[in-house]
Amino acid sequence: MGFFEKLMKIDRRIIFLLIFIGVAIPLLVAFNFKLEITQPVREVYNLIEDADDGAYVLLSFDYGPSTKPEIQPMAISILKHAFERDYKVVCSALWPMGVLMCSEAIASVKKEYPDIEYGVDYVNLGYKAGGRVTITLMGKNIRKAFPTDAANKPISEIPIMNNIRNLTNFDFIVGFSSGDPGLKQWIQVGHDTFGVPVAGGSTAVQFPSLSPYLNKENQLVGLLGGLKGAAEYEKLIASPGSAIKGMDAQSIAHLVIIIFIAIGNIGYFVTGKYKEKRI
Amino acid sequence: MNFIMDRIGVWMGAALTFAIFSFLYKDNPIYKIAEQIFVGISAGYWFIYTIFNILKPNLFQPLISDFNNNTLLVLPAILGIFMLCRLIPNIGWISRYAISLVVGTTAGLALIQTLQSDVISQMSVTILNPFAGANAAVILGKWILLIGTTTGIIYFFFSKKHTGVFGGAAKIGIVFLMISFGAAFGYTVMARISLLIGRLNFLMGEWLGIIQP
Repeated sequence: MGFFEKLMKIDRRIIFLLIFIGVAIPLLVAFNFKLEITQPVREVYNLIEDADDGAYVLLSFDYGPSTKPEIQPMAISILKHAFERDYKVVCSALWPMGVLMCSEAIASVKKEYPDIEYGVDYVNLGYKAGGRVTITLMGKNIRKAFPTDAANKPISEIPIMNNIRNLTNFDFIVGFSSGDPGLKQWIQVGHDTFGVPVAGGSTAVQFPSLSPYLNKENQLVGLLGGLKGAAEYEKLIASPGSAIKGMDAQSIAHLVIIIFIAIGNIGYFVTGKYKEKRI
Repeated sequence: MNFIMDRIGVWMGAALTFAIFSFLYKDNPIYKIAEQIFVGISAGYWFIYTIFNILKPNLFQPLISDFNNNTLLVLPAILGIFMLCRLIPNIGWISRYAISLVVGTTAGLALIQTLQSDVISQMSVTILNPFAGANAAVILGKWILLIGTTTGIIYFFFSKKHTGVFGGAAKIGIVFLMISFGAAFGYTVMARISLLIGRLNFLMGEWLGIIQP
């Protein structure tokens, strides 16, 4: 059996092991690969950076623990940026577990910004079922969609909500999304129906389907795609976190995959398998 | 006490992570146990979460505290009970009323918004002057967008046989489609690796403490 024939029959568990090692080593030893900032990420940064003083920001946590490694670093970075600029942050969730994701993200950010006060600088409105129906209701009257916050405190008793009647009172919306309902509904209703600028962060899987909204009509102002988008944002706000650290591992894992794809293709032609008839 | 409970939780998380990873070697009873624990805990968690975080604050509490101003909530409550009728085969047909209302309302609301966002707006940003642009790269980008969109649509037009010029355009469309599928696959790989990174961060950070979590 020739070299390539042996490689063509390599046990898949060896590939799993190499991927495992390829991810583990960069987490232990930083390689510090170069990270370029892409335009959609810069647009999100500019949107937040250039907003007026005291701007009201709506962050929607539409994801759960299954996509936390990708999206949580984005949420943490954007929260840091918003609190750095002294914006008023209102959090909501179209996914039940989004409430917990928001609480964890804020708890993480509070270590750097201990002075932020619940109800004054930020609020967690909690979860509401309904997806686009809920967003439409928020566009008309946010108090009907969220009469209380996540801890069942009436909205009327929360100072940050005094100036908020509906979606148009927000300077912009940032949706963190890993599926449906999520960023697509925020674009369709938040921007296209109520005219509020919408930016977002999504899983890498969702990125190709959301990128057509990054157009000259600004249906989506900017977009962070997967761990790479999160790492770029961490770099922009000069606050390195888990995403930047993860990008080294990501790059090595991709390199291993590319090498095996190349070996597989070379082996396919060298061993003459391409001549075999396919049924 | 909290510290001990936290550590027990971390150790259980690590053990279950290895149990799930063991499937990569081969299917085995430990993997099956972890899988069934996950399904069971998820179902139990969602059941309790739905009652206390969705039904209680949105339905039970408003009805108990102020029934007169919340009488309209009785309607979704009845529809919810209709849904549960699926559990009893003899009266399972009742659930169709609730499902038809949900499907009809969603379709009605989504139709206009989807048409505006995904059809009209997308068409308007694709209709552009391919000769105008600040530099050669912008003009090239516009041509790629124009050719890719047009030939991609031609590929999905099946009322005319794909031969001659029409067939050639459809073949170009396939190339654009394959490039987009490749990009989507690449992003999917990135997403899956991100999840592995998340697990390894947990194992090496929270469990072993050899890296900063």
